[in-house]
Amino acid sequence: MKQDSSVGYWDGVWIEFKKDSLAYVSFFFIILLVVTAAFESFLAGNKPIVLVAEGKYYFPVIVDYPEFRGENLRATYLDDPDSFAVFPPVKYSPTESDFFSVLAAPDGNHFLGTDDRGRDVLSRMIHGARISLSIGVVAVGIALVIGIILGAMAGYYGGWIDFVISRLIEVMITFPVFFLILTILAFTEPSIYNIMIVIGLTGWTGVARLLRGEFLKLRRTDYVEAAWALGSGDRRIILKHMLPNALAPVLVSATFGVAGAILVESSLSFLGFGVTPPEPSWGEIISQSQKYVDFAWWLVLFPGLAIFATVTALNLIGEGFRNAIDPKLKER
Amino acid sequence: MKDYILKRLLLMIPTLFGITLITFLVIQLAPGSPVESRMSVDQGIKSDQVTKQIVEQTKKLYGLDKPVHQRYFIWLRQIATLDFGNSYKDHRPVIDKIAERLPITLVLNMLSIFLVYLIAIPIGAWSAVRQRSFPERATTFVLFLLYSIPSFWMAVVLIYFFGGGGALDIFPIYGVHSRGYEELPFFERTLDFLWHLVLPVFCLTYASLASLSRYQKGSLLEVLREDYIRTARAKGLAPNRVLFKHALRNSLIPIVTIIASILPAMIGGSVIIETIFSIPGIGRLGFESVLSRDYPVIMAVATISAFLTLIGILISDITYAIVDPRIGFERKS
Repeated sequence: MKQDSSVGYWDGVWIEFKKDSLAYVSFFFIILLVVTAAFESFLAGNKPIVLVAEGKYYFPVIVDYPEFRGENLRATYLDDPDSFAVFPPVKYSPTESDFFSVLAAPDGNHFLGTDDRGRDVLSRMIHGARISLSIGVVAVGIALVIGIILGAMAGYYGGWIDFVISRLIEVMITFPVFFLILTILAFTEPSIYNIMIVIGLTGWTGVARLLRGEFLKLRRTDYVEAAWALGSGDRRIILKHMLPNALAPVLVSATFGVAGAILVESSLSFLGFGVTPPEPSWGEIISQSQKYVDFAWWLVLFPGLAIFATVTALNLIGEGFRNAIDPKLKER
Repeated sequence: MKDYILKRLLLMIPTLFGITLITFLVIQLAPGSPVESRMSVDQGIKSDQVTKQIVEQTKKLYGLDKPVHQRYFIWLRQIATLDFGNSYKDHRPVIDKIAERLPITLVLNMLSIFLVYLIAIPIGAWSAVRQRSFPERATTFVLFLLYSIPSFWMAVVLIYFFGGGGALDIFPIYGVHSRGYEELPFFERTLDFLWHLVLPVFCLTYASLASLSRYQKGSLLEVLREDYIRTARAKGLAPNRVLFKHALRNSLIPIVTIIASILPAMIGGSVIIETIFSIPGIGRLGFESVLSRDYPVIMAVATISAFLTLIGILISDITYAIVDPRIGFERKS
């Protein structure tokens, strides 16, 4: 076997990462979750994926057919001998109510039970995965942009710019962020985009502090001094020379950030400040359990496990990633 | 030392300014003016003319007829004297409501921080000494898992299992006192109070254990690599003596500052936990004021908890500087 003597930086990180089996497994779990979220309508819904009726092919999940509008395709075609239909594994849409089975415990029909309006919990969880993940990722994306810009500026320029940005970071750290998010969401139109923006706007301090520290270190390295001496502009030095070298720890903290944002979103939805009903979210399903004297355990257990598994997996990935970019840390 | 404290105090001024500014700006986001939303609650619908008049009067009363920047400075001047205005809901001075509710939240958070340190430091130190053994790995992993459990979920589950929902009815799940607690003798009253706090404090505590024990482990490992530890070992001191007398004490120094990162999260956490357990603290007050759009209370809760966190961070930094003289003010240059 040929020993490759010059592995690229990210290849090396990947090789190190794979050695951590827990992180590696978590990585595939998250991929699976992303696929689930991406193809939610193929996994849970009341429309058939493929329908062959009267010699014609239909793809109701992908295409919106005017002739089917308002029709319950499951009722018409599920047991219809004259047509052929392939339904998603979970045959209920996340928003359809079945008033004959309200708060039903898990059975062969509703695999994870139903909520207070007879909506299928598994279907809501599958669609909720999309909402939770996208809120986590977009919110952290916003936080990364703000954090990288402010952190890089503070670390690179120093002086009064650093002073102002550091005070801003301090303000955001001392603020009761969760309460701030709650207040802003109470005042604005309830929407998933506002949640993303608010979590992003309040969650950038970690990245900014990290990048500021990295840039303070990098500013004194030889290659940055050399770039200076060659007369490179600030923008070129920051974007081409410093940022790529400071990116790895930032991405690690972004992984933890997604986990944190998912936790925040689920807490918000639990308190009723999350997604607009009837949109599903993991936290919102758990909050349904609070309204009844009879404890609907399936409303607590399954979405709780989903949040817990996702957050744990993301944290494990972040952990493995951090060890991979700096194997010295493993000593600790 | 004096210079350091003075500098830190001076640096608080722009930060405080920023805290008040953000609070003020967030309230400006509110749809409609506070007056109108208050009107709809107080008056019901009257003829337009009368309503308009009342709106104008109320605006004047609350100074809302002035431009934004003027209002900000008026508000700033007011809160400098701890005057946060009156609650829209029951017209009582906001500062009184806060003063009523703050102690219980402080008790909750102090107890929780105390427990976090009490449990996490020995675990962290033990993990450093028994590094990479199976029990150490298992403990670290369990703490890691606890860290990923959302606190509201934990609260719901605990209420079910220990609060009479299902299996066991051990702990009360509502408020901080039993009915008729006033008549109990002092000792039993305290016990009753603490009994009510068990579940909420647990929910505030468990998630922080992972990070603090990890810091403690890292800190102790770092100290164990120092020259003076090698010297102590070389001169033949007993291993336990080296560990407890020389290493452990020094490793505790940086742990003081971790409080700065725990504190803000805890105040956010008490919004959720106090709401679930119906504890009349500042977190629940904040949540209720958001629900009822009680702007003066929202502003006061945000400013005061940010201010308290700032003080907490300041104290921990100064303590750090006192116990470790190596720490200068500007660490970077």
